[in-house]
Amino acid sequence: MRNWMVSAIAIAVAIVAWDVAVRLSDHTLIPGPVAVVRALGELASTGRLFRYAIASLFRVTWGFTLAIAVGVPIGLALGWWQRGARIVGPVIQFMRPISPLAWIPLAILWFGVGDASAIFLIFIATVLPLMMTAMQAARGVHRVHAMAARNFGLSGVQILRRVVLPSARADLVAGIRVALGIAWLVVVAAEMIAVNSGLGFQIVDARNAGDRYDLVVAGMLTIGLIGLMLDNAIRRAA
Amino acid sequence: MKLEASGVAMRFGEVNVLEPVELSVREGEFVCIVGPSGCGKSTLLQILAGFIAPTAGRVTADGVAVTRPDRKRIFVFQERGVFPWLTVAENIGFGVEKAKRDAKVKELVPLVGLEGFEKTYPHELSGGMKQRVEVARALAVDPDVLFLDEPFGALDSITRLTMRAELLRIWQAAKKTVLFVTHDVDESVQLADRVIVMSARPGRIRAVVDVDIPRPRDISSPRYLELRDGILAEIGLAHEI
Repeated sequence: MRNWMVSAIAIAVAIVAWDVAVRLSDHTLIPGPVAVVRALGELASTGRLFRYAIASLFRVTWGFTLAIAVGVPIGLALGWWQRGARIVGPVIQFMRPISPLAWIPLAILWFGVGDASAIFLIFIATVLPLMMTAMQAARGVHRVHAMAARNFGLSGVQILRRVVLPSARADLVAGIRVALGIAWLVVVAAEMIAVNSGLGFQIVDARNAGDRYDLVVAGMLTIGLIGLMLDNAIRRAA
Repeated sequence: MKLEASGVAMRFGEVNVLEPVELSVREGEFVCIVGPSGCGKSTLLQILAGFIAPTAGRVTADGVAVTRPDRKRIFVFQERGVFPWLTVAENIGFGVEKAKRDAKVKELVPLVGLEGFEKTYPHELSGGMKQRVEVARALAVDPDVLFLDEPFGALDSITRLTMRAELLRIWQAAKKTVLFVTHDVDESVQLADRVIVMSARPGRIRAVVDVDIPRPRDISSPRYLELRDGILAEIGLAHEI
């Protein structure tokens, strides 16, 4: 059997199991697959689905792009110049276990309720993992490759472009995939608190506006699907 | 003198890696530095190439002090020095300016016998072929001096023999000054005009042996065996097992 057929069957079985479980339970608020599809239709027809998905993607795009623009060059530089890593390393290690969600109050204080807060939270959540990845990747550059490049008279920038980046590429792509996953997790959480639009907001809003759990699960499904698509896109681009 | 080391010594903390070394290499000369592991021969080579600053003494090339690596003097590592993300042709052209790159690659590929492999990536090549890529990459920038640090150490013994013959052929064709580090006494006597024999801890030069056998060398001639056994004895190794 082909791989995609196995996947399709597994998904079909999961949906059927979900449907059966909901029918058997006496819980009335939990929606089954049919109700969720209907809810997706409702979200799509009112235009909210598209608008909220775009809002979330917009924040991820900005936050994540900023994090790459800041984190990757700094990380590569720190990996390359070991002394810098010794200075900055402890700070990074200290910041890392702080959940990005713990920044929400400060984000709102600094940026108010709106896009900037969400973008800031995504940036904060992904810049450190990206920096660490880039640092490790630059450290993984083979010593003899760096020596050979120096021997041929390459400047620092040329060594970065012609030796460090290509040899760090695989590690960087893997790290960027992980960080994008984090960004997508964080945007949903940020939207539940710090903004009034987006897929995360839609989930909270659906619950608050009259226990519409069909809309909640529809939002969850949308988040999952878009996350999958983002990961695929990165893998393909790499 | 092409290359000169005077009073070059190296300490790492309390450890005396290299006692003061005096060494002069003539233009076009093939010099082997031979000694047991840990005798500081690789360190000496990296100092001569300008990668490491010695703790004492100075190195000059064509009378100018060596303070950093220079593309006139290229260091060849074991075959792990090739860039795995570049093809054979891209590796060979790595150090050449863009405008001359293609022509240089075309010229060198046949010299190192890699015709047909221009678009191949290193992981598809044998160890000997990767080593040839590295030698070609070095020759592509037309250096005066080649430093080779146990270049054939990771190759099997048959490939190693062919690579030695090829290196001699390239050396004679390209007229480079070669400094070649090895722990293989046979290798040094087969290749060199002059063998620098080093001893371990702290590293110092024990003897300098002129190999006065005309090329191509008969490696079963009495003179060859005499020179080889002399060096083995100098290092403190019997030639009987």
